[in-house]
Amino acid sequence: MEFLYASEVLANGLMAGVMYSLVALGFVLIYKASGVFNYAQGVMALFAAMTLVGIMEGRVPFAHLINAAFGVHVSSFGWTVPGLFAILLTALIMVGLAIAIEKLVLKHLVGQEPIILFMATIGLAWFLEGLGDVMWGADVKVLDVGLPQGISETVETMTDNWLGYGFFIDRLDIWAAVIAAALVAALVGFSQYTKQGRAMRAVADDHQAALSVGISLQFIWIMVWSIAGFVALVAGIMWGTKSGVQFSLSLIALKALPVLMLGGFTSIPGAIVGGLIIGMGEKLFEYFVGSMVGGATENWFAYVLALIFLVFRPQGLFGERIIERV
Amino acid sequence: MFYREAGDFKTSYRDDGQTFPIRLDRWGYYAILAVAFLVVPFVIDSYWANAVLVPFLIYAIAAIGLNILTGYAGQVSLGTGGFMAVGAYAVYKLMTSFPGVPIVVHIVLAGAITAVVGVLFGLPSLRIKGFYLAVATLAAQFFLVWLFNKVPWFYNYSASGQINAPERTILGWAVTGPATTASAKYLICLVFAVVLAWVARNLTRGSVGRKWMAIRDMDIAAEIIGVNPLTAKLSAFAVSSFFVGIAGALLFSVYLGAAEASEAFGINKSFLVLFMIIIGGLGSIFGSFAGAAFLVLLPVLLKNVLVAQFGWPTDLAAHIELMIVGALIVFFLIVEPHGLARLWALTKEKLRLWPFPH
Repeated sequence: MEFLYASEVLANGLMAGVMYSLVALGFVLIYKASGVFNYAQGVMALFAAMTLVGIMEGRVPFAHLINAAFGVHVSSFGWTVPGLFAILLTALIMVGLAIAIEKLVLKHLVGQEPIILFMATIGLAWFLEGLGDVMWGADVKVLDVGLPQGISETVETMTDNWLGYGFFIDRLDIWAAVIAAALVAALVGFSQYTKQGRAMRAVADDHQAALSVGISLQFIWIMVWSIAGFVALVAGIMWGTKSGVQFSLSLIALKALPVLMLGGFTSIPGAIVGGLIIGMGEKLFEYFVGSMVGGATENWFAYVLALIFLVFRPQGLFGERIIERV
Repeated sequence: MFYREAGDFKTSYRDDGQTFPIRLDRWGYYAILAVAFLVVPFVIDSYWANAVLVPFLIYAIAAIGLNILTGYAGQVSLGTGGFMAVGAYAVYKLMTSFPGVPIVVHIVLAGAITAVVGVLFGLPSLRIKGFYLAVATLAAQFFLVWLFNKVPWFYNYSASGQINAPERTILGWAVTGPATTASAKYLICLVFAVVLAWVARNLTRGSVGRKWMAIRDMDIAAEIIGVNPLTAKLSAFAVSSFFVGIAGALLFSVYLGAAEASEAFGINKSFLVLFMIIIGGLGSIFGSFAGAAFLVLLPVLLKNVLVAQFGWPTDLAAHIELMIVGALIVFFLIVEPHGLARLWALTKEKLRLWPFPH
C-alpha cells in the first residue's frame, strides 16, 4: 500500500513536471535562437492568460486607468467572446508584443554580454507585470476555455481494477501532458523540417554567418519571440485553468529555471526530462522527507537539486559542452 | 569653471593615494557629511526618517554589498533577500540570547555570520558562472527563507512566527524597539553606511578589489596572471554577504522592528537591490547610493503625485511604478549600462572643461 501511495505521488509529480516543462520549453526556444535567457517567460504566460480572460469577458483594457484619469466608471463592453476566437486574438497580441520587444529592446542590445540581456529581460518582466495589472486589473481571474477538469474516473476505475487502489489524477493534468507532447512534436518538426526552422537554427549557431547567407535576423527574432509567446499562452491557459490567473503564475518561471539547469539550456528534450525529474523529485521529497522537516519543501527543493547537480555537471543533462577559449 | 583640479598639486604619494584625490570633491564630501551628521538629525521628523532616509541608508549598504559581488567581482547574485534574512535572524538571535552585549557588536556579528553563509553558497561559483550562477543563488534565496519560516528555533518559538526587535540602547538612547526616535534611527544607520562605504571604497581600490575586477573581466586570464580564483571569488562572496547581512540586520532591528521571513526578505527584495545597482551603476560605490536613493524615492514620489495629487487608487499607482521601474531598467541597460554613476562622472567631466569645448 505504501508503494501504491508513493506511485500515486509519483504520477502526480510527473503531471506537474509536464507543466514545468511547458514553461521551460519557451525558455529553451528563445535561448537557442537568440542567446537570450528570457526571464520574462513566466510573466508572458501571466500576461497572455490575463489578456485571454480580459478578451473573453469583454473587459475594457486600462479600465482602472481610464476611470482614475477621467472619473468615469467603465469596466466592461458587455459582450463575451468565445474561447477559441479569444485565443486567436490573444495569439495575435503576443505576436505584436514580440515585434515590440524586438524593436524596442533586443535591437539595441545586439552583441551585449548574456548577463546584460538577462537583466534586461528581468526589467521587461517587471514592465509586463505592471502593464498586465494596469490593463486588466490585479484581481484573481477565473479562466475557463472548456478544458476538462476534476478527477479522472477512467484512470481511477482502471487502476482500481488492476491494483485494487484508485489513483487520483486530475483530467486537466492528462490534457496538459497530451498538449505538451503535441507542442513538442510540432516544435521539433518545425525546427527540423521547415525553411524557417532551419534559418532559426542557423541564427542560433552563428549570428554573423546566418546574416551573410541572407537570413534576416530581425525576422527570425520576431518569429522566435512569437513562438515563445504562443508557448507562454498555452502554459498560461493550463496554469490559469488549474489555479486561477493571478500573480503567482509568473513565479512558475522561477520554477522553470532549475528545470533548465538540470536539462541543459540548449536542449528541447532536456527541458522535458528536466521538468519530469523536478516534478517527480519534489513531490516524492515532500512525501518522504517533507513531513519530517515541516513541509513546504517544494519551495526550494528544485533549486537545491539543480545547484548540487550543476556542481558536478555544469552543462546539464543534455546541454552542449561548455567550451571556453581565451 | 566650477569644478577644477588645476592647481591641485600632489607632493607626496600619500596625497596621491587618498580616497578623494580632487580637492573640490573632498570638500564636497566633507560638506555632505557635516550636513548629514550635524544638521539632519536635528531637523528630521518621523515621516522623512521612515519613508526616505532610513530605508535609503539601509538599501545603500545592501547595494554596496551586492555591487562588490556583481559590479566588482562579476558574480551575479539573486540571493540578496535570503542573505538579508540571515543578517536579520542572526541579529535577532544574538539580541535575545545575549541582552547584555551592545547592539552594535550584535549587528557586526550578524554581518560576520552572513559572511560565513555567503561563502557557503558562493562555493558553486568556483564551478559555474554567468546566469547559471544567478540561478544557483536562487537556491540560497528560497532555501534560507524557508528555513527561517519552518525552524521555530530561529524565531524563538513565537506563536506568530514573526520576530520582534526588543529595545536596545546606545549611550542611553534607544535605537531599536518602539521607543526609538527618528534621529536615533537615522544616526545609527548613517554611521554604519558611512563606515561601510569607506571600507568598501578602500577595499575596491586596493589589491583585493583589483583581483575582483580581474576575475570579473576575464577569469581565465586573471588566473594566468596569478590571481587565485578561489580566494578572490570567495572573498567577494564573504565581503558582499557581510555588507548585505548588516543591511538585513539594520532593516529588521532598526527600521521594521518586526519581520516575517517570506514577507520582508522575499525574492522581490533581491530584485530590488539588483535594480538599484543596475540603475545606480555597476562597479561604483557612489552608484550604489544613487541607485538606492532613486528606487527609494520613486515610489514616494509616485505616491505623492498620483495618489495625493490626482486621487488615483494606491494599487494603480503601485502597478504604474512596476511599469516605470521595468522600463527604466531596460532603458538604462540600453542607453547607459554604467548607470547614474556614469552620468554623474560625465557631468563632472563637462564641468571641468566648461565653458571650453575641449
